[in-house]
Order: sequence, then structure tokens, then C-alpha cells
Amino acid sequence: MSGAAPAPGAEAPALEVSHLDISYKVRGADRLAVRDVSFTIGRRDSFGLVGESGCGKSTTALAIPRYLARNGRVSAGTIRLDGEDVSRLGPEALRRLRARKVAMVYQEPGRALNPSIKVGRQVAEVFELAGVPRREAMERSGEALGRVQIPDPRRVMRSYPHQLSGGMLQRVVIAMALASQPSLLVLDEPTTALDATVEAEVLDLIASLRQELHTAILFISHNLAVIARMCDQVGVMYAGEIVEQGPAGELFGQPRHPYTVGLLRCVPARRHRKGVSRLDTIPGFLPAPGEVAAGCIFAPRCRLADQRCTVESPPMYQVSETRGSRCHYHQRAPDLPEADAATVSAGQEPDGPWTGSTTPLIAMRGVSKTFAVRNEKVRALSDIDLSLYPGETLGLVGESGSGKTTLAKVLVGLVAPDGGSALELEGRSLAPTALRRAQEQRRAMQIVFQNPDSALNRRHSVRHIIGRALTKLAGLSGRARQDRLLEIVRSVRMEERHLPLRPAQLSGGLKQRVAIARAFAGSPRVLVCDEPTSALDVSVQAAILNLLADLQGREGVTYLFISHDLGVVRYLSDRIAVLYLGRLMEHGPAETVFAGPHHPYTEALLSAVPSLDGQAGERIRLGGEIPSPANPPSGCVFHTRCPRRLASGLCESTEPPLTEVEPGHAVRCHIPLPELRRLQGKDGRAAELQGAEGR
Amino acid sequence: MGGRPLARYLLKRVALAILTLILLSIMIFLAGQVLPGNPGRAVLGPFASRSAVQALDHQLGVDRPLPVQYWSWATGLLRGNMGISYQYRAPVSSFLYPALLHSLKLAAVAFVLVVPLGVIGGVLAALRRGGAADRAISVTGLSLSTVPEFVSGIVLIVLFAIELKVLPVTANPPSGSGPLTQIRYLILPAIPLVLILFGYIARMARAGTIEALDSDYVRTATLKGLPRSLVIRRHVLRNSLLPTITVIATQTGYLIGGLVVIEDLFNYPGIGRLIFTAATDKDFPMLEAGVLVIGVVYLVATLLADILYTVLNPRVRLGGSE
Repeated sequence: MSGAAPAPGAEAPALEVSHLDISYKVRGADRLAVRDVSFTIGRRDSFGLVGESGCGKSTTALAIPRYLARNGRVSAGTIRLDGEDVSRLGPEALRRLRARKVAMVYQEPGRALNPSIKVGRQVAEVFELAGVPRREAMERSGEALGRVQIPDPRRVMRSYPHQLSGGMLQRVVIAMALASQPSLLVLDEPTTALDATVEAEVLDLIASLRQELHTAILFISHNLAVIARMCDQVGVMYAGEIVEQGPAGELFGQPRHPYTVGLLRCVPARRHRKGVSRLDTIPGFLPAPGEVAAGCIFAPRCRLADQRCTVESPPMYQVSETRGSRCHYHQRAPDLPEADAATVSAGQEPDGPWTGSTTPLIAMRGVSKTFAVRNEKVRALSDIDLSLYPGETLGLVGESGSGKTTLAKVLVGLVAPDGGSALELEGRSLAPTALRRAQEQRRAMQIVFQNPDSALNRRHSVRHIIGRALTKLAGLSGRARQDRLLEIVRSVRMEERHLPLRPAQLSGGLKQRVAIARAFAGSPRVLVCDEPTSALDVSVQAAILNLLADLQGREGVTYLFISHDLGVVRYLSDRIAVLYLGRLMEHGPAETVFAGPHHPYTEALLSAVPSLDGQAGERIRLGGEIPSPANPPSGCVFHTRCPRRLASGLCESTEPPLTEVEPGHAVRCHIPLPELRRLQGKDGRAAELQGAEGR
Repeated sequence: MGGRPLARYLLKRVALAILTLILLSIMIFLAGQVLPGNPGRAVLGPFASRSAVQALDHQLGVDRPLPVQYWSWATGLLRGNMGISYQYRAPVSSFLYPALLHSLKLAAVAFVLVVPLGVIGGVLAALRRGGAADRAISVTGLSLSTVPEFVSGIVLIVLFAIELKVLPVTANPPSGSGPLTQIRYLILPAIPLVLILFGYIARMARAGTIEALDSDYVRTATLKGLPRSLVIRRHVLRNSLLPTITVIATQTGYLIGGLVVIEDLFNYPGIGRLIFTAATDKDFPMLEAGVLVIGVVYLVATLLADILYTVLNPRVRLGGSE
């Protein structure tokens, strides 16, 4: 699809996949996981496969170096790497192909490296395999690590994987993959397990290496924005098929398949605000693998589908010279109706900027938490003053290790804060641990965790899980309990038929609904949501965010919402608090914090987020790694990574106070607000100069 | 980084072992007190006069308060004095050490046979997962480990010693025989132990190897294009056999002290038989010292296994930076 067929005499494309079927044998029956997938990646091109989990992206990728699971096989079609049919290779030829032509990088770098061999040895293996003597192999490994911008390659080479951070490990894996100068580099969700700031750095690195090296890239991600940034050509996968294909800009700009349209609408964008607009969702569920449907596989979930779609399987229509769509009605795809057109349910005030009550529901004053780890004192939270007001959502953001989850746990009493910390609920002091709080106070505060799998008891049915919470928290029994149970289940948009099921029989989104229903059982005043949608696909995430917004509109509950995804935080939050190394760096009304001028750390977080329009404005990047909270930097804890650090040395010596710069907006920075405005505003040249100076 | 965390860990581990030993000695001592019958009566028999029994009790020191008795017993142990056997009226150590040596020899022969067999069997089964070899190894291992030692022992004696006459029927070599002869005599009694432990060790080695084979780092190594033999040697085995080390170590206690049946069957004077006889004869000093010695052996074995595990596992050795 990418470009025309190779001209006669030209070399073969890096990868040519044609009419690929992959099936898994499950209980004796073959189930098709990938169906009729065709795409071509020219030399030095980059091709992105995007789609939700279970759509066959990784299966396709693993078929290229023939590393399918033991029960999987290519049942039809061909994969040609550099013109060579992969399926025809004998064991030795296959080994050589893996050694020279294709390299893979995948999601969790920590697991991709052998835990008991030093990093240097593992990289050197690639060179030794190519016949380089051991000493020289080690030297070249050092160079390879230097090329992926690892600051101290010698130290990294002497380390074991567990001694390095995730971002560093992913660089090592990339260096290792590129060491053999492969024709094709397959990147399977390479940044999904990383923080946004680290993700941004790794993506920058991949982009710059692409310029230098002559490697074609197959980039797989569930994140549309990441794909938009990294790829020239894109294939959108759904249930094992490529449903739409074309140049990234065009495809994301004017999608021509209802699934692509739906996916793009699920992502919370700048214009979306809770209470003002709902997120669109894709109704229904992904068909089970191997489910054979007549007609279009997307038809059951498609709001454009008609009789023809359920009977006649759509071919890949040639929409334009460069684009294809597997939809009979691809011209009409952009007009796909919204899931529930009623934007905001009646009776709910569309709240503008937050104007709420001035009496806090929850007040935290001087909250600190110190953990003792191996005789070291690790300050996870340092002197946090923060309030939650009735009915608002406070979004809590920061990189991993910034103390977000600790703060959440302190609030609900799962972790006792240090002495001297003060927590209040409606003016009444809260005991440090939940056990010592009054039943009334415990009921008022509930928490929803990131992973519903580990938060729900696998052995209990949905009825039991929610029912027990009703008994324990709301003190209901008998008829009243049954009525309330049904009411709650309906309010999280589940049905009675789900009640006898156990968590294992539910999808990820449904499980998270159960967790939310349980949290709402005691009619809480405050709900702490710790990354509640991070483990979910975007279409499911949209539904959960809508649900949380609805429940808040109806019950007036207050949320402390933790997420690393700033788009999600922006959609739901009235106010934002930014944490770094356990310190509050900035807090204020959501729009103000996003619009700026903001703390340089907030600025970095915001510019790390890849946007769908691909126009990444002016980027500032954080160098280095988040310092250890056991040994925080002197002065302003952010100064080691701050691109706007003052030349005067003030940042290194003195910790700035958290100062209210505007009503309700506080920033912990030595740089005065007008100066920040100038640096971050239109005066781009000055910002660049200052940035260069700060390095 | 470096050696410091390792040294601290080992120091802690040794201290813990010593504490365990002290607790064990107290428990053994108290257990000896709870057993019915008093030593003087046990030694002198039912017809001895009460005053004679009291005199003997006094001579043995068993009429003193318990803490005093414990103290003199424990300090005696530290000086290498394990007390006097009631039954033989001779120092316990003169019986215990030879018995321990015998047991160690038998255990060593069993170990040397079963560890390589079990590990190789387990790794082979994992590499041929789901295949005929895997099933054969797994099923055989499991079935063999359910056959009691005395059953397999008798079958082996009948087969190899009586019918085929290739191995001696007893475990006792003629006195003064060289090490090779001694080993030849120990092979037959060791086989029932091998049969019991093989399945267990093979199962652990198989599970560890399968876990490593399915890991992302083995995928990385394979996709680097490394030859399969190198992938297995360098990337699979070292990670897969770590847990097996611990499992093997925990079997030491059984191999040293739990072999009463085998020692009896082959008429072998090991420590299991010694303790068993001491218990039936109410020979408390012998019993207490014997159990304690087995405890020491067990602790030393697990300590060695932990050290080996630590040295081979950089995550434990160096601690984390994250």
C-alpha cells in the first residue's frame, strides 16, 4: 500500500506481507486471529499498526521473525523480508534472518533483558554472533549504547538490568536491536510501559535514529497520537483485519472507516469537558477470536451498518490512490452518528470553570510520608497542603515515583502519614489509618484502583461483591439491599444478567464498572480514582470517563483523580495538582494550569504528550532521570532537570515556596509569573535561548 | 553496589541460623522432658529400688531444675560434650559421629546420583514440552516418588543382589575396604532414595525451565539469532535452575535423618537408626544430641543453598536501585 510496486530492477521492499492469515489452535479447533492482512513497508519507511488490544497487532508482528506461540501458525499468505519468503526458511536460515534482517523491541524492557547477565554482555552477544572478537564486541557495545544517548555507557554496561530505570533499559534494548543493522525494526508498544516524559525522549530517539540509519520501521501501538507522530503509513486493525490503511496525516485527518472514526472520537481532546460534552464510545464488544461472521466484522458495533453489511464482506476499497478502507460506505464514514447524541443528561448543570464552595470537604495540611527503605529514609510526600471542595474533581498528575499513589493511600487511610500531618473531613479531624476512623468517615471515602483484576475477588460473583459492600458500608439488608443493588448496577450501565458472573467472565471495562459500583455502594462523599482507566482500551476508557462524569453530576461526589494521561485528567478535572518528588509544584483551576503560564515541570509534562494533529508545537524535554526520593536534590528539587533553571544559582541553593501567583493558582518556582509567561508565551526565541542556557 | 550488601545479607543469614539452632535446642530439650518415664528407672529397670533410682537420677543430674539442666547440657554441647548415653554408659559422641559419617556417605551417594539425573530429566522434559519424552519423564517421576522406600528397596535387593548378584545385599562393606568398594556397597541402598527424589527435583527443574523458556528475555535472545544451544546454556539454564537449588537443599534433612527404613532394611548403622533406637530405649542424651545434629546439618545445607542462590542471583546480591 505504501507507494507503488517496486520499479523493475529496484531492490525489494523491507517487508511485504500479503493476504496473511494466522490461526491459533485452541482446544483442537483453529481460531483465526489475523485475517487477510496485507501491507508493504518500503526501505526506510515507517508503518504503524494501530488498534485496541486483541486486534492481532502483536500476532502479526511476531509472525515476521516466526516467533508465534506454540499453538499459532501462519495458515495462509506470505511474509517477505527483503524479498525472502520467511515461511520457507530452514532452522539455520531462519536463525541467520533473525540475526541480520529483523530486530524487535517490545513493551516491557525490564523483562526483555536477562536478569542475571550484565547489560554489556547482552549487547555484545549481537556483535560476537557476527564474528567480532570478544574485546572488540564490548567496545562496539559501548559505542552502540552511546548512539542511543546513554550518558555513561561504561557504567550501564557493568550494570544488571534491575539496576537501571525503564527508560534506560528501553534504550539498551533499542541499541541491541539496531546493533545488527537490520533491514526492519519492529517496535511493539515500545513506550507503553514508560512515563510520558520518558516516552517523549524515547520517541525522539527513535525518530532521530531513523534519520541516521537505513532501517524500515514497523511501529505497533494502541496510542493513536504516538502512531501519528512516528509513522508515514498507518494500518488500523480491528478483530484481526486491517480495516483502513493510508498515509498517517490523511488517515487521522479524514478517517474513512467507522472504526477509525469511532476510535478518534473516544480520545478526550481539548474541546471535551465533563458536563459540557460527552465522549463518544464504540458500543458493544470485540468479537471473540475465531468467531466467524458473515459480512463486515465491524457491523455489529457500527452505527452505519445496514442489511448489506451483515451479509456481504467488504473488500479493501481503494478510496484514493494511497488509501484503502474495508467499508461499503466509506464515503459516509465521517458522518458516523455519535453513540448517545444527548450530550449532557438533563438536570445536570453544565459547569463552567470551577466556582464551587469555599468550605473544603477535605483539607490536608502539612501532610508528609517517610518510608524507611533499607535503613534509608525515603520522603515520598513532603509537606502537602491541599483541599478538595464538594462536587469537584481534583486531578493529580506527575511521573511515576512522584508520590501520587502514596497521597491517595494516605487520604483513604491505607498508609499512615508522618506525625504532624493533619487530615480533615468536613472540618473533623481524620485518624491516620482507616481502622481508627469512624465508620461514617470510612464510608465517606472510597477508592478505585488501576487494575480491577487484582482489586476484585475472583471467587465472588458480581452480586456478592456489590452486595457485600452494601451490607458493610450502607448497612442494608433484604429487600432494600436488593433494590439498591439493582439501582447501582444500572447506574454503572451494567445489566441484571451480569450479576451471577465472576470477574474472570467480564471484560476489563465491565470489571472496572463493578469496582466503581462497589465504591459507590456506601454513597461516598469522596472517591479516589487511582489510574482507573490506564489498563483499558480507549473506547472502554471513554465509556468509564462518561460514567464517572455522570455519577458525579448525579450524586455530587468529589473525585481525587490520578492519571498519567493529561488528556483524561483535563477532561474530568476542575482543578489540577502537580506533584514532583513528593512535593506540590503547582495547583490551580484546570484551565489555568493547562493554559499557562505554568511551572516548568508542568510545561515539560504537557509538551511530552504527543498530540493527534502531529503538530507538536514547541517542545521542552526533561533530561536525565527522576532523582531518588531518598536523596533529593538541594534547593528546588526540580533544578537537576529544569530547562528554565536560573543562571544565578538560586535554584540550586534555595527551595522556592509554593506561592499563590493568581487567585487559586499556586506555583513553586523562583521565576516570577510574568517572566514565566514571557518564556512560555509567544516570545519563542527567548525561550529557546533560555533553554539552551539552562542545559 | 559491590560486596557490602552481600556481606551484610550473609551476616544476617548466619545470625538467623544460630538463633534457629538455639531455639531448636530448647525445643529438643523440652521435648525430652515431656517424654514419659524417668531416666534412672529406664536404665535400672522395673525391679530396682526407689533409692537406687534416685541415686542414679542425682548422679545423672536430672533432678536439678530445668534451666540448670539445659544450661549444663547446652554448654556441654558447645565444648563438644554431648553427654553420656544411658543405654551404653559411654559418651554419646562415640556413637553419634560414626553414625553421622555413615549417613553422610549414603546421602552423598544418593545426591550424586539424583541431582544430575533429576535436573537433566527436568530440563529435557521442559525442552520437549508436551512430547513423549516430557510425558515419560513426568509420569515416571511422579509414579516413582509414590513408591515407599521399603517396597522399592526390597524389590531392588531381590533383583540386583539375590537374582542377578551384581551388587551386595548389605550396605556394610568389609572393614578396611577402599572408597570404591564402599561406594559399590552404597549404590543399592541409595537407589530407593534416588527414585523418591527424582520426580520432585525433575518437576522443579522442569517448571523453572519452562518459565525461563516462555520469558521475554529468551525471546530477545532467540530473536537476536543466537543458536538454540547457546540460548539454552546462557539464557535459560542459569535462571531456571536457581529455584531448584533451594528445593534440593530442603531435601537434605530427609536424606540425613529420615532414612530409618532404608538403614534398617540394608542393616546400615546410620544416624536415623541410632535415633530410632535411642527413642525406643528412652536414651535421652543420645536422642537429643542426634536430633540436634540433624538440625545442624539441615541448617548448614539451607545456608549453603541460600549463599549459592545469592551469589548466582544479581538481584539479591546487589540489591535494586529502583
